[in-house]
Amino acid sequence: MIRERYLNLAIMLALLAVPLWAWVSDEPFTITLATRVAILALAGVGLNLALGLGGLVSLGHAAFFGLGGYAMGILAHHAQTYTPLMESPFLIEGTKSMPVIWLVAVLVSALAAFAIGLLSLRTTGVYFIMITLAFGQMFYYFTISWPAYGGEDGLSIYVRNGFPGLNTLDPIQFFGLVYGVLALVLVFSATLARSRFGLALAAARQNEERVRTVGLDAFRLRLMAFTISGAITGLAGALMADLNRFVSPTMFSWHMSGEFIVFIILGGVGRLFGPVVGAGLFIILEHILGGLSEFWMIYLGALLLAVVLFARGGLIGAFSGPEVGHD
Amino acid sequence: MTDPILDVRGVSKSFGALQASDNVSLNLRAGEIHALIGPNGAGKSTLIKQIAGNMRPDSGSIWFNGEDVTTLDTVARARRGLGRTFQISSLAMEHTVLQNVMLGALGHDGGVMRFFRPVMKDHALLNRAMAALERVGLVDQARKRTADLSHGQRRQLEVAVALTLSPKAFVMDEPMAGLGAEGSRALTGFLDTLRGEAPILLVEHDMDVVFALADRISVLVYGALIATGTADEIRANPEVRIAYLGEEEDGA
Ligand SMILES: Nc1ncnc2c1ncn2[C@@H]1O[C@H](COP(=O)(O)OP(=O)(O)OP(=O)(O)O)[C@@H](O)[C@H]1O
Ligand SMILES: [Mg+2]
Repeated sequence: MIRERYLNLAIMLALLAVPLWAWVSDEPFTITLATRVAILALAGVGLNLALGLGGLVSLGHAAFFGLGGYAMGILAHHAQTYTPLMESPFLIEGTKSMPVIWLVAVLVSALAAFAIGLLSLRTTGVYFIMITLAFGQMFYYFTISWPAYGGEDGLSIYVRNGFPGLNTLDPIQFFGLVYGVLALVLVFSATLARSRFGLALAAARQNEERVRTVGLDAFRLRLMAFTISGAITGLAGALMADLNRFVSPTMFSWHMSGEFIVFIILGGVGRLFGPVVGAGLFIILEHILGGLSEFWMIYLGALLLAVVLFARGGLIGAFSGPEVGHD
Repeated sequence: MTDPILDVRGVSKSFGALQASDNVSLNLRAGEIHALIGPNGAGKSTLIKQIAGNMRPDSGSIWFNGEDVTTLDTVARARRGLGRTFQISSLAMEHTVLQNVMLGALGHDGGVMRFFRPVMKDHALLNRAMAALERVGLVDQARKRTADLSHGQRRQLEVAVALTLSPKAFVMDEPMAGLGAEGSRALTGFLDTLRGEAPILLVEHDMDVVFALADRISVLVYGALIATGTADEIRANPEVRIAYLGEEEDGA
């Protein structure tokens, strides 16, 4: 446990050091890469609550990522075209304010996760995976065929949204903002895992019957976990949209959901920093190997296979040993 | 006589052609240990599952504390004070021993939608959890991973988790199974004192334990109750001797 804590600290420092170094040596592209890592890690941390702690293998988390993205896209689009979102029964205008956008992204994706959870959490195993996949794809096809917000082409946002007191157009400042959000969510996630709720949820993952026998409703625990999980991934979607200044239906595609799962498996299922390591490694591989060969995914696949076969706790587990029951 | 705490009324359950519960009626009164015995496959665990809410009877009803709970699920029955242990230990195996009893304490408290304060530092829950471990003699194992416990220790932990619930009635499916002579004697002594807190419906194979502990005994054969009575009445019952006690000699 102590070792994992140090490892986590080292990871967090590395994620800060790389863009700072890039800032000093004036390499904005590297800062953007680090920002990508932090945002994808955030999405993974969200999924890890459901998947790692709750044992809910969702192949539909792109739905929440996309909803967060489109929350940003739609609000900012209306703000930049000076058209209200709706006029009746009351006026809703677009916005370029990140805090407002984040709030909307979190609420919308939490609501969607609640609804999807309500419909899917009665099932387990393969059925659960299939239902979540189907919901994710439903959003994907819907956005493709919905012309109001760009359909297949997506929406471009010309100027990054604002955050009070920061110049978000400056890459290092935007990175700092994303990094702060990631750190807060990691603290929240660690706190949650140690809370009453976390204990009961983890027990429900191991043995639902045991939880029910002491009078706790495993379904309600999972629904809550799924909702929180979706909300966090939705927040990541809003940030990703702001990083790219662009949203498109691909945010909803099942490839995205699959990538989140890959981050978690690479880093370590249920490990607090698993998704951070996984997302970092994914982006590093994409850029080192991607430069050498078009087929970099093959190497990623080989690495993934190696982790699944030989390091069941992922890379975090490989370096810090098996998880210890924390108390 | 006071109303029974648990009242099974004419419960039937079949699996295809197999009649696992055949119009079973039995009850559990305050202060007693009511043993349920019967040969392997007689339908004891099936009856327990219907009492605990894991399985719905085809007909008949189950009353708990004066309330018809037949249609309620396991969670609702546990909340109403039914403390159940399993024939095959059912625990959170990756969790520590302490975490398992903490889960029970949490179930008793009910406030599970709390996300911020560390549960393992919650003194009210810890006291309840440790007290239960103390009573079954597992305090020294508290920090061990449940998967690393011996079979007998897991049986004790099952009982400890049920204790954390402070239930109105215990329903225990072969808690002594695999405990060994020493552990079995200790648990027998413990259950003897426990009946004062809450009555126990006890499924048990070991006849010495049954005759030592039970205020009343019910005998289940092929899903049907063939007798209910005190130890002496059951020992003297010719039908029981033929159907059950005799058969056990054959089997041994
Ligand atoms: N879910 C089920 N589906 C079909 N048959 C079942 C099911 N559960 C139990 N049975 C059968 O019902 C009968 C009674 O089983 P049960 O487990 O209740 O017996 P038991 O008295 O607890 O036996 P033991 O002493 O071995 O624990 C057995 O023949 C068993 O095979
Ligand atoms: Mg049985």
